[in-house]
Amino acid sequence: MLPHLDAAYNLARWLLRNDADADDVTQDAFVRAYRFFDGFHGGSAKIWLLTIVRHACYTWLKQHRAEKSNMPFDEQLHSWNGNDSAPGEASFSASPETLYLQAADRHRLHACLEELPLEYREAVILRELEGLSYKEISSVMDVPIGTVMSRLARGRGLLQEKLGGYVGQEV
Amino acid sequence: MNCRRTRTLIDSYLDRELDPATQLEVERHLADCPGCQAHCEQQRTLIGRIHAEATYYRARPAVAATLRATLDKIDAASGSGARPATEWLRFAASMAFAAFVGSGITYWLTGSSAEDLLTQEVVASHVRAQMVAGRITDVSSSDSHTVKPWFNGKLDFAPPVLDLTGQGFTLVGGRLDYLVNRPVAALVYRHRQHLIHLFIWPVTGHPGAPRDGLTRQGYQLFHWSDGRMHYWAVSDLNTQALGTFSNLIREQTTGRPVASTKSGLPAREDLR
Repeated sequence: MLPHLDAAYNLARWLLRNDADADDVTQDAFVRAYRFFDGFHGGSAKIWLLTIVRHACYTWLKQHRAEKSNMPFDEQLHSWNGNDSAPGEASFSASPETLYLQAADRHRLHACLEELPLEYREAVILRELEGLSYKEISSVMDVPIGTVMSRLARGRGLLQEKLGGYVGQEV
Repeated sequence: MNCRRTRTLIDSYLDRELDPATQLEVERHLADCPGCQAHCEQQRTLIGRIHAEATYYRARPAVAATLRATLDKIDAASGSGARPATEWLRFAASMAFAAFVGSGITYWLTGSSAEDLLTQEVVASHVRAQMVAGRITDVSSSDSHTVKPWFNGKLDFAPPVLDLTGQGFTLVGGRLDYLVNRPVAALVYRHRQHLIHLFIWPVTGHPGAPRDGLTRQGYQLFHWSDGRMHYWAVSDLNTQALGTFSNLIREQTTGRPVASTKSGLPAREDLR
């Protein structure tokens, strides 16, 4: 078992938005972490590793300059097709129509999250999916805690806007 | 606490990251303000949805396999002193060891003596090995004829591996370790319920004075050299028992009986 591999991969996948790139960058980051293990001075190994993964992602993005922040909605639907972990399960007692609309909703939230600008997306992922504290997020993102707070708030706000009146409404 | 301030704090409030005083202020405002309360609920729902509906991507098995192979290759390329990759990662996952990671910079910054820092390293290695399952020995055998040859090709010296079963010290096995910036042999013995580490590596230059009955963080240490090898023994065993162990090793590696020593007094043969 390679601990923290999923945490590393999840972050890379959300930042880079496709599997192959996330595979490559995750591996590079791990190798780098292994080589520079002498630079690890204690504290959380996960946070240290995520910092390296994040840095590798940003370097990769700079090199490949493929900002796809305005991809059409349909393509986002296709790129998300159940890679491993399933999101929250739909209620089994709902009607087919409800299930369809709930699934569409899930696609929508996921897609909107993917479309968030990098630094907001990153803050939301580290908080909601990785469960890191503000202090831990500030370590990974290398920004003050105040910046973490504002990026989170702004990221969530943007998400609300994109989702438009659908939040809070079950069908 | 007005509505504007509450709205800016709502996220931190929901994330339970506010200090208790501010949290109380927000709660009081929410109790009296339906507008802010509704906004709060909307945020809460959104956060819940993200939790539930955003995919947590996990690395596929192929990624883990390729990665392991890559790290193994790095290990193989860097020689016998390297840590196996999976062991390192398991170690990294377990605890923080900031104080225990010895390095040149640490030596310089603390200004401690070389013996002091080596003592720290030895204790750290002793403790660390026991914290990670399966990490104590790379070769597990109570037979010295199995353990001794295991080190061939892994170290540039042949550590003496003694059988002390008759005297109550059972060999548990051995592994590679890394002290004073070089690969060393770590032999593990057991006496009753206590583990003893005996670290061995070749002498280069002046061996330094031996030390009996050193105590550090609740562990006892003895160290000496026979001119060819350094020996460091560490255990949570009491000083007397560890002293007995150390003397047995000394006797059997030098072939000369050791004058019984009181704690703190080096044996005469070790003085140079």
